[in-house]
Amino acid sequence: MNTNTATQPLVDMRELSISFGGIHAVEQASVDLFPGEVVALLGHNGAGKSTLIKILSGAYQRDGGEIDIDGSLATIDNPRDAKGYGIETIYQTLALADNVDTAANLFLGRELLTPWGTLDDVAMEAKAREVMGRLNPRFQRFKEPVKALSGGQRQSVAIARAILFNARILIMDEPTAALGPEETAQVSELILQLKSEGIGIFLISHDIADVFDLADRVAVMKNGQVVGYAKTGDVDKDEVLGMIILGKCPPGATPGPGALAS
Amino acid sequence: MTDSTEPQTTQGTDTARASELSVVAKFIRATELDTRMLGMIGALLLIWILFDIFSGGLFLTPRNLWNLSVQTASVAVMATGMVLVIVTRNIDLSVGSILGFVGMIMAVTQAELLPVYLGFGFDNPLTWIIALLVGIVVGAAIGGLHGYIIAYLGVPAFIVTLGGLLVWRGAAWWVTSGRTVAPMDSTFRLMGGGPAGSIGEIASWIVGLIVCVALVAMIFNSRRQRKRFQFPLRPVWAEVFLGTLGCFLVLGAVLIANIYYWPIGIIRKQIKAGLLEGVETEIFIGHGVAIPVLIAICVAIVMTFLATRTRFGRYVFALGGNPEATDLAGINTRWVTMKIFIIMGVLCAIAAAISTARLNAATNAQGTLDELLTIAAAVIGGTSLAGGVGTIAGAMIGALVMQSLQSGMVLMGLDTPLQNIVVGIVLVIAVWLDSVYRRAQH
Repeated sequence: MNTNTATQPLVDMRELSISFGGIHAVEQASVDLFPGEVVALLGHNGAGKSTLIKILSGAYQRDGGEIDIDGSLATIDNPRDAKGYGIETIYQTLALADNVDTAANLFLGRELLTPWGTLDDVAMEAKAREVMGRLNPRFQRFKEPVKALSGGQRQSVAIARAILFNARILIMDEPTAALGPEETAQVSELILQLKSEGIGIFLISHDIADVFDLADRVAVMKNGQVVGYAKTGDVDKDEVLGMIILGKCPPGATPGPGALAS
Repeated sequence: MTDSTEPQTTQGTDTARASELSVVAKFIRATELDTRMLGMIGALLLIWILFDIFSGGLFLTPRNLWNLSVQTASVAVMATGMVLVIVTRNIDLSVGSILGFVGMIMAVTQAELLPVYLGFGFDNPLTWIIALLVGIVVGAAIGGLHGYIIAYLGVPAFIVTLGGLLVWRGAAWWVTSGRTVAPMDSTFRLMGGGPAGSIGEIASWIVGLIVCVALVAMIFNSRRQRKRFQFPLRPVWAEVFLGTLGCFLVLGAVLIANIYYWPIGIIRKQIKAGLLEGVETEIFIGHGVAIPVLIAICVAIVMTFLATRTRFGRYVFALGGNPEATDLAGINTRWVTMKIFIIMGVLCAIAAAISTARLNAATNAQGTLDELLTIAAAVIGGTSLAGGVGTIAGAMIGALVMQSLQSGMVLMGLDTPLQNIVVGIVLVIAVWLDSVYRRAQH
């Protein structure tokens, strides 16, 4: 069911479950991702897509299920573990420390140090200027806390942080929610570029229009369960919309455990 | 280059005063001075001048300024730690009680335990260091306990340290059943200041010069670093101005400490003991910088280094700005929080050493209400209770402001209740002005 020639998935999440206080936020969800592939994870607000992805990024600890990275079982208990596997996440909330500057945010948790073990702020700022220059050439406000930046600028800081450390698996949770049309186009371009570099990308969105044209495959979730999977070439937007809203699996899709029994 | 768009817009709306404004704005931009810090120093100077006028010239004397520096030391040491605590959206209400308890432990160690168990007489050269180390270990353990409960068991810092305030005050009483322990070891006592606890004129000049050299070296180093990565440089005149101003302030402070001479009573005693020769009215021996002040300055330097140049410091501020994001970045936020409280405990122990040495005794009431002075110093010094913002230097100045208010009112002969009223009002006004300033910045 993959569009890629690679036979081994980069990520294989199998039957992941997590519940909060008796509510099954994610139930037996399985999703995989191949190198150079973009998989869109779709669903209503509260369908469990962000929760599922937070298990992969180490923010939540799962109650059940397994995650394979490169074909072998991975231990992901916290965000640091996930980063160790090359999993980088751009959260919906951006997860930036508002009171420190761009370079400090880009390198948060992975600071560059001088030979004496102190922070090498100058080197970090130089690197920040380089990567931000590629992403957002007009960006100049390196000395200011991130709080002072516009929504789009903050978004580019969050994206820059994710790609700065040679991510192999990129998770983007509503990446264009805070952006204008021009910036959205830039992000789309970036996704295509990263894809061509062989990075696997999860795109999470509640709005199918945002992601349908970028994705190779879609996985739709509803009430914590996977409704079904489909290649974007095999279904149209209306059919995917039917999956999102009704949980009805069209003929071109592979049904999951959450599919409406027909 | 980085922020060329903003000053222009303010100039555009206010063309009449544009030229006048731009000189000040240009100056501040070129020197990269923190306007908030400048405002605070201005307020401090204003307080000093007003007190000097109202007390009939008693305030701005070498003697009073020297005393002020010694009196500030203990709270200033704790305020540097309180900055980190408040920056991470916590609070520590227990520092005064920890000071009291640790001071008592150090006093008992040197006056009662060491002589009995190790046979150390008073004035054994090891006594002071053992007592201080015991105090620091106990302080770190108390801070660690608080930090563990806050970070790992999830009890709010307000509650944990409110409990600590009661527990350690009670414990301080418990150590000796309320008995005051005195006197202290003579070497230990040097940490409290006084004519003996000051480093003298020549050493003060040497320290002053070393600080000046370090200051100039820092300016050069930062310029070289910026050049290496081709960042915008400060104009040369601004660098020279900052260096000159810094050296002038440092050497000025040394001069003031040096022209505060030993009181005539002590000179008389020394002549009698045969340590000095001559006529008592013709001998002038300057105090020089007091040891507690040096300790406080060293603590401030170490803490500033910790807060701005290390990963730990970076995490502290990130944690204050956005705890969730810091966690998601893979940082062990609980351990960072616990470390902050361990540092706070150690600083309480150092403050306890200063205050016990100065008093030459440990009492169970020592440090009562110091937590409020410490918090006030940090907050007046620009530490935001909402978290994420604060500087060590600001807290030091904040401590100086609080102490200036208190000793100024004593010099003016105000009653204690009135002093409290004034301090309370000033605290509220200071924080209000700060919030007005911050809103204006946006």
